[in-house]
Amino acid sequence: MTATDVPPAERGRRAWLREHSELGVCVLLLLLGALVLTDALTMDVEITQRGPIGPKTVPVAVGTGLLVVALLLAIDVLRGGRGEAEGGEDIDLSEPADWRTVLLLAGVFLATAVLIEPLGFPIAGALLFWGSAYALGSRHPDRDPLIAAVLSVLTYVVFNNLLGVPLPGGPLMGVL
Amino acid sequence: MNAFNSLIDGFGTALTPLNLLWAAVGVLLGTAIGVLPGIGPAMAVALLLPVTYGLEPTGAFIMFAGIYYGAMFGGSTTSILLNTPGESAAVVAAMEGHPMARAGRGAQALAAAAIGHFAGGMIGTLLLVALAPTVADLAVGIGAPDYFAIMVLAFVAVTSVLGSSRIRGLASLLIGLTIGLVGLDQMTGQQRLTFGSLQLADGIDVVIVAVGLFAIGEALWVAAHLRRTGAEAIPVGRPWLGRNDVRRTWKSWLRGPLIGFPFGAIPAGGAEIPTFLSYVTEKRLSKHKEEWGKGAIEGVAGPESAASASAAGTLVSMLTLGLPTTAVAAVMLAAFQQYGIQPGPLLFEREPDLVWGLIASLFVGMVLLLALNLPLAPLWAKLLRVPRPYLYAGILFFAAVGAYAVGGEPADLVILLVIGLIGFGMRRYGLPVLPAVIGVILGPNAEQQLRRALQISDGGVGGLVDTPFSVTVYGLIVVIVAWPLLTKALARARRRDGGA
Repeated sequence: MTATDVPPAERGRRAWLREHSELGVCVLLLLLGALVLTDALTMDVEITQRGPIGPKTVPVAVGTGLLVVALLLAIDVLRGGRGEAEGGEDIDLSEPADWRTVLLLAGVFLATAVLIEPLGFPIAGALLFWGSAYALGSRHPDRDPLIAAVLSVLTYVVFNNLLGVPLPGGPLMGVL
Repeated sequence: MNAFNSLIDGFGTALTPLNLLWAAVGVLLGTAIGVLPGIGPAMAVALLLPVTYGLEPTGAFIMFAGIYYGAMFGGSTTSILLNTPGESAAVVAAMEGHPMARAGRGAQALAAAAIGHFAGGMIGTLLLVALAPTVADLAVGIGAPDYFAIMVLAFVAVTSVLGSSRIRGLASLLIGLTIGLVGLDQMTGQQRLTFGSLQLADGIDVVIVAVGLFAIGEALWVAAHLRRTGAEAIPVGRPWLGRNDVRRTWKSWLRGPLIGFPFGAIPAGGAEIPTFLSYVTEKRLSKHKEEWGKGAIEGVAGPESAASASAAGTLVSMLTLGLPTTAVAAVMLAAFQQYGIQPGPLLFEREPDLVWGLIASLFVGMVLLLALNLPLAPLWAKLLRVPRPYLYAGILFFAAVGAYAVGGEPADLVILLVIGLIGFGMRRYGLPVLPAVIGVILGPNAEQQLRRALQISDGGVGGLVDTPFSVTVYGLIVVIVAWPLLTKALARARRRDGGA
């Protein structure tokens, strides 16, 4: 369906929603507030209470605060207030967001979480670096994996052997 | 002369070979991070938090402080040569420094900035030595109500002084407080927001939150908007200053810290405001007004000196009160918590070796930084050519290492990614990240102090305001909250007068 097929009213509504996408933040804050309040109010604290205020008070305050802030933010957005997207030296806000890269990076990161125990840190870490660099647009089939492997093994040795922070070695370190 | 003797002892700690090594590692990393786009000192310290599992505290904090000061030095290099400030504190350096570089005076601009940082850091750290023990002595008797008041001050300050929108700052703070609630209640062991999960019952580690918001969130956000055409850095020779330049700048170097130091100590956004104020001051006092905007050297010297002095001011509030006034201080506070050390007035009594070793190492680091930055600036500028895919892939890589090192749990990587996506959304919709981080770090502690204070007063709310200290702090909070309303009312009154 192209833009011309859509009736004007529908098109206007979509444009309005895109313009006011920040209302999504309000919805999320509202849901979070409801979650915190539900959790706090269903707490069973009769036995464990010590002192005048128990474990419920602060969560109730935070949950209520979230609900209030969600409402105030919604009012601000409807009145035309906009959160300013963050700038930076490598950031070009004139182009639309590149969702493909973000999703690819998130996917690579999740894969690392799955692979780190069976494959060990040196291999999973190298895949994380190579995959991320690839997603970000680096295309050097010779240089990229080499840098990834050196960085990963070096980090493993520094953390595992020098700093005493254990990382899983996996089958590779079993062989070496 | 007590502080002086303690400082001498501190040099004994700082000058051991191992601690010298950590200081050197810190300033090298810090300079590199300052030069590199995309990584700020807060993200760098967050990514390095896992070393706290293997390193003793003194070495770790010496390294962190080196990173903080080093990033200030390096940040101005990027501003001057590329016109894209590496740190928010270095925005002002670009205003006069970049025109200087374009006019072929890049070497002088770099020298004015480096010596400015050195002067500002030295004077600021001397003020820290002079003031910190006094502040700690004054505050030494403070109890639960006072601690709670300080934390409320931190919450109010980060949400209403920083950023353009108070409501968005408050939303960010509440998100942070919510994350801080997850886990077992510290006083009763009651499960909160755990949904029966064993993983969540331990709470979400501060390291994971800081790394997720600062590193993953930032990397994903940049990835979504990566600039495809990189700006070209102006090539530059070895920094040096002629006699005429020195005559113009030495007063600016000395004035900068007077503005920078006090602003660093209060929760007012770190180095951004003082560098700008220093810029305006120098402009007003300058005898060469026609040069401003085209490369006036005082406009580099003063603000850079103010920036480094503000870092010293930040350390005063962080070490003596446990009050973080910048993102770096917040992450350093998280590091203190990792070691189970509570920064505050008692820190100077309980951990004198750590505190004075840290302060002495600042002087050592400053000398190292000057030696590193003056002759090597052209070399550092080469870092600007690092391919961006490697830079941001590296950030994701070290973020994963850090989160996994916390507990050796793959599930932590998933939590890290989720918090990173929250950080991404916050950047998209202009929710500042710092209030969330302060909420996570101080939230649980603030709750405990509140409950302890009310336990002592047997539930009476008056127990929160029964000390002069806490009353003063609440007075400050009222001023901060009422300030914008007051100025608005004044402006309206004035307009009405004008109309009548």
